[in-house]
Amino acid sequence: MNHHVMPVRTYVLIWLVLIIATGTTLGVAYIDLGPWNIVVAMMIAFTKMSLVVLFFMHVKQQSNLTKLFVVAGFFFLAILIFVAMTDYGTRSWIPPGNMW
Amino acid sequence: MADQAVPMEQHSPFLQHHFDDLDQQLDSSTLGMWVFLLTEIMFFGGMFGAYTIYRSMYPEAFASTSRHMIPWLGGINTAVLICSSLTMALAVRSAQIGKRNLIRIFLIATMIFGIAFIGVKFTEYYLHWKDHLVPWAGFQYPEAPQFFRQAQILFCFYFFMTGFHALHMFVGLGLLTWLLIKNERITFGPTYYNPVEITGLYWHFVDIVWIFLFPLLYLIGAHS
Repeated sequence: MNHHVMPVRTYVLIWLVLIIATGTTLGVAYIDLGPWNIVVAMMIAFTKMSLVVLFFMHVKQQSNLTKLFVVAGFFFLAILIFVAMTDYGTRSWIPPGNMW
Repeated sequence: MADQAVPMEQHSPFLQHHFDDLDQQLDSSTLGMWVFLLTEIMFFGGMFGAYTIYRSMYPEAFASTSRHMIPWLGGINTAVLICSSLTMALAVRSAQIGKRNLIRIFLIATMIFGIAFIGVKFTEYYLHWKDHLVPWAGFQYPEAPQFFRQAQILFCFYFFMTGFHALHMFVGLGLLTWLLIKNERITFGPTYYNPVEITGLYWHFVDIVWIFLFPLLYLIGAHS
């Protein structure tokens, strides 16, 4: 079997990190970091997601094909949000009336 | 090629005929489940994308809604879901080593955490309803009337995104009930634990959606 059983210790350790990260994200939200609040919150969320995907969802042990599919999914989501924001995020750069 | 066929007594009852062996079957069902989860990523991704656009357009209005959110309740719910993910992962592990009693215990624990999450979530909905924060249903925003309309957009996102997430939780609870029954009827073990693994993938995915919903909806303007 290529899917070996992970020790309970690993799962509990990941759980502990996830709980600590949740507390951190809650605590940091009350500190005013200006534009960095959202950056820190998203970095913590991405870290938590990666841990869940790699260990709880066993992607670390899966075939390269499955890994490719997982990465592709998040890649296309990034395209969706990034390309949309290149439009909405830059509309204010052009003064009104100069659109055409 | 009848002489090369595997005799019936060596053929696992769980192996579908279109697969070479159980390993290939597990890899295929895992990949198939991930393909489904990719469609789920795009489903929630559309809402996350729209949320990002509107938040960039109305940052002050979105931040002003934070005073109506209850971050510690959201934090507790995040912790509850993470605990349910741990018990789900341990249920899969119990299936991998073929321990029926442990599978049962961990599945029930996962369901209890899931029901607790939904209980807290609907308590919050009730509090929002009492505070007149449901868009188009007597929405009131007296403390920042200039944001009356823009704040409703945020609450639309809030109710739709958490609502669809809660819907996925109900589906997950249904799947766990099905697993609980299946666990009594067939014996999961090292060679066959696919249904538990696949349901686990779904449950963890729903957890991940919440991991992003929590900071985006509850903690927008907590520091101000």
